[in-house]
Amino acid sequence: MSVPKSSGYFRTSYQRDQALLDTRTQKICFGIFALAACAYPFLAGAFALDLANQVLLASIGAVALMLLTGYAGQISLGHAGLLAAGAFTTGILFKEFGAQFWVTLPASAAVGALIGLLFGLPSLRLRGLYLAVSTLALHFMVIHAGQEYETRRGHSTGVVIDSPISDPRAWYFVLLAAAAATLLFSLNLLRARTGRAWRAIHGREAVAEALGINVKAAKLSAFVVSCTLTSVAGCLFAYYRGFVSAEAFSLYLTIQYVAMVIIGGIGSLLGAILGAIFVVLFPYAIEALMAALGLAERFSSMIFAVNYTAFGLAMLLFLVFEPQGLVGIWRRIQAWFLLWPFRQKPVGK
Amino acid sequence: MQLAVNIAVLAAIYALISCGYVLIYRVSRVLSLAHGELMMLGAYGLAATASLFSGHPLVAIVASAALALLVGFLVYGVLMWRMTGESVLAAVLATIALGVLLRGAMVLFFGTQTRYPLQELGWANVSIAVGESARISAAGLVLVLGTAAVYGGLFLFLHASRWGIRMRAAGQNPLLAAQRGIRLHGVYALAWGLATFTGGMAGMLITCDAGIESTLVTIGLKAFPAALVGGLDSLLGALLGSVIVAGAEVLLINFVDPLLSDVVPFFVLLAMLVIRPWGLFGTREELDRV
Repeated sequence: MSVPKSSGYFRTSYQRDQALLDTRTQKICFGIFALAACAYPFLAGAFALDLANQVLLASIGAVALMLLTGYAGQISLGHAGLLAAGAFTTGILFKEFGAQFWVTLPASAAVGALIGLLFGLPSLRLRGLYLAVSTLALHFMVIHAGQEYETRRGHSTGVVIDSPISDPRAWYFVLLAAAAATLLFSLNLLRARTGRAWRAIHGREAVAEALGINVKAAKLSAFVVSCTLTSVAGCLFAYYRGFVSAEAFSLYLTIQYVAMVIIGGIGSLLGAILGAIFVVLFPYAIEALMAALGLAERFSSMIFAVNYTAFGLAMLLFLVFEPQGLVGIWRRIQAWFLLWPFRQKPVGK
Repeated sequence: MQLAVNIAVLAAIYALISCGYVLIYRVSRVLSLAHGELMMLGAYGLAATASLFSGHPLVAIVASAALALLVGFLVYGVLMWRMTGESVLAAVLATIALGVLLRGAMVLFFGTQTRYPLQELGWANVSIAVGESARISAAGLVLVLGTAAVYGGLFLFLHASRWGIRMRAAGQNPLLAAQRGIRLHGVYALAWGLATFTGGMAGMLITCDAGIESTLVTIGLKAFPAALVGGLDSLLGALLGSVIVAGAEVLLINFVDPLLSDVVPFFVLLAMLVIRPWGLFGTREELDRV
């Protein structure tokens, strides 16, 4: 949106101003991308397919968190708790009542919305750091509830779920559809009144209120939407893994999701997806790098420690040197091509 | 009686840890979520110096304390000074990332085996009788006394020494403080150094009882509610908050359910955030309220 277009380009109607795909080039690029995404599972091997599925799953959660943190400006450190809420709703309904997919998915969404309301309530009184801390506390509560269920019902190692889909290719298309639906939903929300209200709150609450925005309702709606989407992602996660356990939803998972938002670039849906790709592929890239350097043997028992170290380092480097994230790099590249042969926009235009 | 002793020891642990949170927050308005990892680093520092100066336990303790102070300065000097003046989120995330980095690096350097610094120092952890029916371990006793000493020292430092007064001034109003010629970076670095020093002390003393394990990080995180309950910018509050949180935790574990241990502090935290978000002794106007 902020990138200057080349000359001879005008938007002559409001419809065009709001269009998701504006120019012909954009439409062609999108078409090629969609074709490539559909062709991917027939070309990729089993491992690459699993990676793609993980990326798609993570991108749903990352987009949801981006709506909350990147657009509405509400910090949340409880994302893993929400994924856990969705996954445990699915697990419990499946285990206790033998519920099917079409029951557990809406149920997870409903639980997510309810918890979103709960997560959102502190935001009416608290801001910034204190809000982050309250979501962190709620994260521990949700995880504790999950653990409690596991120990009480004797599933101490976790709950096993039979998935209705087992073929990874079928999973790919399900997850692709889910991710695309999430993205489209978010895009539409953001260009409508709700999204504008969120951005106004992010900018300055007092001004937003003066403009006639119901700040409380907008904040709560941001939490509810984000938490519902995340909880649905948790439900899909449970089916994809076929296994739910409280250990899988540690604080580190929350950190990973926050890192997706930061590394991708705050305030951009493209950033959320880029961040999800980066964070999901990162450990595999590290592993490949170690194998290439011949260090894999030496550190084989401590591969997770290497991952932690490298991940922390990457996050720090982004925070310090590239606060705009991957999207910032992408925009600079775009601007470079658009402005070529100039370095910057000439003054006065 | 044993309950009271348990509460005292746990409260001392929380108090010693949470004064690090308070120091950093009070001076630079940054919440350090890497505190648990820095504590662990302090404990590993003690284990390392203990094997380095084997036979001279006192030298090892002094060396490891100095090391902890140095690590705190380094954290500020290398990383956190870049976050000065950045948004709250960026600074908190930087400390989170630092924590992840440290956790990985510590496993790489020190391995995953549980280590016992006290044995490496060549001392034994004896159990001492208190009154008729209660017992306290020597490490626990040192912990309680050490916490008292640290709080006393910090109080004197903040109120009577030149650098302490500078730290309070910088916490109150950084702009005015800077205009009066107080070097903010120096003051912030000192805050990080002191916080890491006290955190490292906590780490060393806890591990003398329990050995160095990854649960130490969780303990570090659980001490944060204590700091917030008391008010994030008040040392006295941190002390009182620690007693409240430790009391609630020990009593609930004892009478309700041992599984609650990890969530009780966060229950207390949420209750406090709902009722009085700025804490018992915190400054109300400092809080970013809507």
